[in-house]
Amino acid sequence: MPTAATEATGLDRFSLPDAGGHFGRYGGVFVPETLMTALSELGAAYEVARKDEAFQAELRHHLKEFAGRPTELYFAERLTAHCGGAKIYLKREDLLHTGAHKINNALGQALLARRMGKKRVIAETGAGQHGVATAAVCAKFGFECVVYMGAVDMERQALNVFRMRLMGAEVRGVEAGQKTLKEAINEAMRDWVTNVRGTHYILGSALGSHPYPMMVRDFHRMIGRETKEQILAREGRLPDEMIACVGGGSNAIGFFFEFLEEAGVRLVGVEAGGRGITRGDHAARFEGGKLGVLQGCKTYILQNPDGQIELTHSVSAGLDYAAIGPEHAFYRDRKRIDYAYACDDEVLETFQLCSRLEGIIPALESTHALVHGLKRAKQMRRDELLVINLSGRGDKDVNQVAKILGVKL
Amino acid sequence: MSRLAAAFARARAQNRAAFIAYLCAGDPDFDTSLAACRALLANGVDILELGVPFSDPLADGLTNQLAAQRALESGMTAARVFELARRLREGSDAPIIFYTYYNLVFANGVDAYVRAAKVAGVDGILTLDLPPEEAGEVTAACRAHGVDTVFIIAPTTPDARIGKIAAVTTGFIYYVSREGVTGVRDQVAGNIPEALARIRAHTQLPVAVGFGIGSRAQVTQVAAHADGVVVGSALVNGIRDNLGDRARIAPTLAARAADLAAGTGRK
Ligand SMILES: Cc1ncc(COP(=O)(O)O)c(C=O)c1O
Repeated sequence: MPTAATEATGLDRFSLPDAGGHFGRYGGVFVPETLMTALSELGAAYEVARKDEAFQAELRHHLKEFAGRPTELYFAERLTAHCGGAKIYLKREDLLHTGAHKINNALGQALLARRMGKKRVIAETGAGQHGVATAAVCAKFGFECVVYMGAVDMERQALNVFRMRLMGAEVRGVEAGQKTLKEAINEAMRDWVTNVRGTHYILGSALGSHPYPMMVRDFHRMIGRETKEQILAREGRLPDEMIACVGGGSNAIGFFFEFLEEAGVRLVGVEAGGRGITRGDHAARFEGGKLGVLQGCKTYILQNPDGQIELTHSVSAGLDYAAIGPEHAFYRDRKRIDYAYACDDEVLETFQLCSRLEGIIPALESTHALVHGLKRAKQMRRDELLVINLSGRGDKDVNQVAKILGVKL
Repeated sequence: MSRLAAAFARARAQNRAAFIAYLCAGDPDFDTSLAACRALLANGVDILELGVPFSDPLADGLTNQLAAQRALESGMTAARVFELARRLREGSDAPIIFYTYYNLVFANGVDAYVRAAKVAGVDGILTLDLPPEEAGEVTAACRAHGVDTVFIIAPTTPDARIGKIAAVTTGFIYYVSREGVTGVRDQVAGNIPEALARIRAHTQLPVAVGFGIGSRAQVTQVAAHADGVVVGSALVNGIRDNLGDRARIAPTLAARAADLAAGTGRK
């Protein structure tokens, strides 16, 4: 039934994707034939689980006891004062077990894998947060776990590599290409093609082939649901603007989804501007990317004129990826979500500022949302409300930041 | 009759399987690749499967990944791949099919790509990450320009899908004999006859078998049942092993192809 909000925005967020996984012209299923059956089985299993109250109840239980949900909505008083504009709230996904929103999806998919009788789980990871979350749920549920990670990312996120290994995961370094997230996904897909019958692939973002973009989004939807309840309880009204960083797009879509039909709430995704918007120096897909197909779905992709995938760069491994989740591309076309980008140097500055003013060390990924959020707060009125999704904590990043700042630990 | 259909008919008339050889276009460089492909076509290869190098070949094992990387590093572009096909077509009437990934076909318009392929003398297109559900634009362009489609059937493909895949295929069915990526294996999968029977219950199209086949004995084993046998990584390894002396690549592949081709006969 259309709500007032639906009519105001002309959107029905539940109508997407279609049965083939399309968000308008984006999304779909583009994989080798060997995986087609596994994907349709996964889609069918998810469809049943989604509506199964017992599944949802068990998931809620683990989200609470293992992951630590709900997370707080925190009023960032000193950042607000620093900017002198809108009231800034932070949705504290950084407080979750394993340090980022990624655990929401990892738990959901692990329960699904168990239902499907899979004994082995694989995952890719960029920043290592999804790998750590997957390693944790695999330890908890007794799955064999293999995590693929680009060799460059293994170096910049060495702490997370060790954490995964402590929890019993095998971390396999990927030496191909630019040795970051994209290559890790290629390798995970090769593993899945080879071991498809007994293995579940816990993809870590709202990316890839159907049903992943939809399923991963759904497993993160509580971020926005909680935010809505919390801001209404605190302020008695909805926020004026919400901001999240966008790698593949999972924390952002989970944060935004509940608000898509609320015409009065401005939604902004922040991509990685890297060293600036020059070919090969950034990962802002909406700044110079074009429509294409990569790793299972049709979306905006940084590529050369022939369709070869471009190199990307970001100080944050979790945003350093050439494609963006298809649902984001759809809502950008519909002008429902706006996109901005933040560059490495601004990110490093704000990483320190947030740490100093709030006593919260944000993940470099999340810091992209903060950079844009602080700019916006300054432009907004004092009676306006801004909520930023703090998707993860920055403990994993301190070694890398120290190195960049020239600090010897 | 299309070149592809003719190649399968000829092999059948000679009571053997068609020999389908894969190389990556431009591996390790344009001129060597051209010579290597010509050497294959002169030594018993019936159908040339030309890999179009892609930055992210997620269905390929390490051998073919490195081949694509060498080709791209040597300066292969879409235009150079078409040029290679055109040069091969000048001297040969053997069917050439592109083995590619969808983004390369999609990037500048599917119709324009397929037309360019046709003009270059390409007979068919196999797009590894394009299931029939998403292939409408490609099949329409192939129909419009007279290029055959090749689709994959895997061991995990249920019967209900086989008919659906066959319905959009005009060239041949490529049965991948095992779950996994390309690459040479010690043993050929055991259940090929059953799988082929399962496929043939749905279609009259020729069925070629590939993935993991590398030796003459393996070729013979598969040729007993399949309409075509695909050898890829074992040939690509012939390039990899001679990178220090590129002049040796074509003769090496010529000898290897002749040996494998001799294994395609049926008792
Ligand atoms: C803390 C954090 N935020 C954001 C991301 C980006 O992913 P997504 O866009 O799917 O939320 C990552 C990825 O590793 C992450 O670790």
